[in-house]
Amino acid sequence: MNELMKVSSNPHVRSKSTTASIMLTVVIALLPAAGFGIYNFGPKALLLILVTVASTVLTEFAFEKICKKKITIGDYSAVVTGLLLALNLPVSAPWWIGVVGGVFAILVVKMLFGGLGQNFMNPALGARCFLLISFTSIMTNFDCDAYTGATPLANLKSGESVNILDMVIGRTAGTIGETSMIAIVIGACILILFGIIDLRIPGTYIVTLAVFVTLFGGRGFNWPYISAHLSGGGLMLGAFFMATDYVTRPITKKGQYLFGFLLGVLTGIFRIFGPSAEGVSYAIIIGNLLVPLIEKVTLPKAFGKGGEKA
Amino acid sequence: MNSAKERLVNGIIKENPTFVLMLGMCPTLAVTTSAINGLGMGLTTMVVLALSNVFISMLRNIIPDKVRIPAFIVIIASFVTMVELLLQGFIPFLYDALGIYIPLIVVNCIILGRAEAYAYKNPVIPSLFDGIGMGLGFSVALTCIGAVRELLGAGEIFGIHVMPDSYVPVSIFIMAPGAFFVLALLTAIQNKVKIAGERKGKDMSKIQSGCGNDCMNCAEAGCSRRLIDETKGEGEKKNA
Repeated sequence: MNELMKVSSNPHVRSKSTTASIMLTVVIALLPAAGFGIYNFGPKALLLILVTVASTVLTEFAFEKICKKKITIGDYSAVVTGLLLALNLPVSAPWWIGVVGGVFAILVVKMLFGGLGQNFMNPALGARCFLLISFTSIMTNFDCDAYTGATPLANLKSGESVNILDMVIGRTAGTIGETSMIAIVIGACILILFGIIDLRIPGTYIVTLAVFVTLFGGRGFNWPYISAHLSGGGLMLGAFFMATDYVTRPITKKGQYLFGFLLGVLTGIFRIFGPSAEGVSYAIIIGNLLVPLIEKVTLPKAFGKGGEKA
Repeated sequence: MNSAKERLVNGIIKENPTFVLMLGMCPTLAVTTSAINGLGMGLTTMVVLALSNVFISMLRNIIPDKVRIPAFIVIIASFVTMVELLLQGFIPFLYDALGIYIPLIVVNCIILGRAEAYAYKNPVIPSLFDGIGMGLGFSVALTCIGAVRELLGAGEIFGIHVMPDSYVPVSIFIMAPGAFFVLALLTAIQNKVKIAGERKGKDMSKIQSGCGNDCMNCAEAGCSRRLIDETKGEGEKKNA
């Protein structure tokens, strides 16, 4: 027994993935949607994305510097937040909207609650809803050089016909990153292939919304109408990139199905019965707030507990 | 008049009902959409608080201990009704702006709290100044919150446009979430000042910041905010 034994505490088996590698994969997965947004809306979209990402990263850096905490901008989570927020802005928004949103997302929603892992709602969506409530006219002005007029979902709500093919490709008015279903699904495939997300939440979410629209949309099983609801608005971006946020989704498997179902129902209610055409962001942040409750009711039983009554 | 001055300072700074005691949150959050509404609500509450404190203090030897809460409520409600009718008659714009929150002054816990914690145990004059001090503290807090919300949410203070024309109002600040943002921000600044004072070695122990109102498990028997007089109760039990 002369060999030296290595003594260490558990866990003994570690995954190679780190926060930084996961976040970097998410950034890469968002690039198709961002790239299509820049192609679709022109260089101003690129500028808005850069300003928003810079403001989130700088806010995190400044906050941690002032509070003398460990600098965590190297984990790319602020980049993801900034990118997601920028993809949720209309291209006509002035640059300071990106700055205000970025500061709010990081400072108020994330850092004040304790930083990454402690935030109770998705920072990008929290900031988007803050901007949407504060600057409603700026945030819902989708006029730009390429497109004028309402988004496809607003047209759909007012009863006009929409071109499904354009919506799937992304040649419509909307926020920078939400228009192209194809680009987002490419990104989602990257995330799924690398094992970053699975289909539990996005799948349940999308299926629930489709069923809800069929039941309550007033048009029955009308395929063009349903597919317009699925490809329009922020549903794809929200379902694959925001609802699956590690920090603000339920941990339990049953809870994730329940979460997806809840988001589908809420989005359906907001879209069909609400005053505005879109409701994905509100649905997800309300879902985020309910996550502690969802986790409580779906807590798995420990081995040996429960079962037959003695 | 030393006790009067002490009571005023206590109400405005040391035990500011909004930033320190965290009492009366409902009107604080609801009516502070502008500085003038905050000031109006604060002064209205101050009048009711001072008058009810005086009356409760005068009647403190007559009111039986067991029914003191209903008795306080009757006195407070009478003054609230009087103030409400006066506002409706003479300051109708404020009456319209404050709306349901005027009758709700009856259930403002600052008023009942001061009646229970101070006026019921102290003579008339200190009680009057306690009411005025607490009311002024409440008014100052509400006006500050209202001013910040109005400034950010509408670019104005007391209805006067102060922000440059290029400023786009952040309208969330005059909606409900803005009240929470501003209240938290001002309380944080208040705590920061307090902690900085403590570092310099000043005695800041009297300026408390949210003890959680858990008087049952609190060790500080001399606390003026103590809602339940345990020492008295225990003493009686021991005697019995």
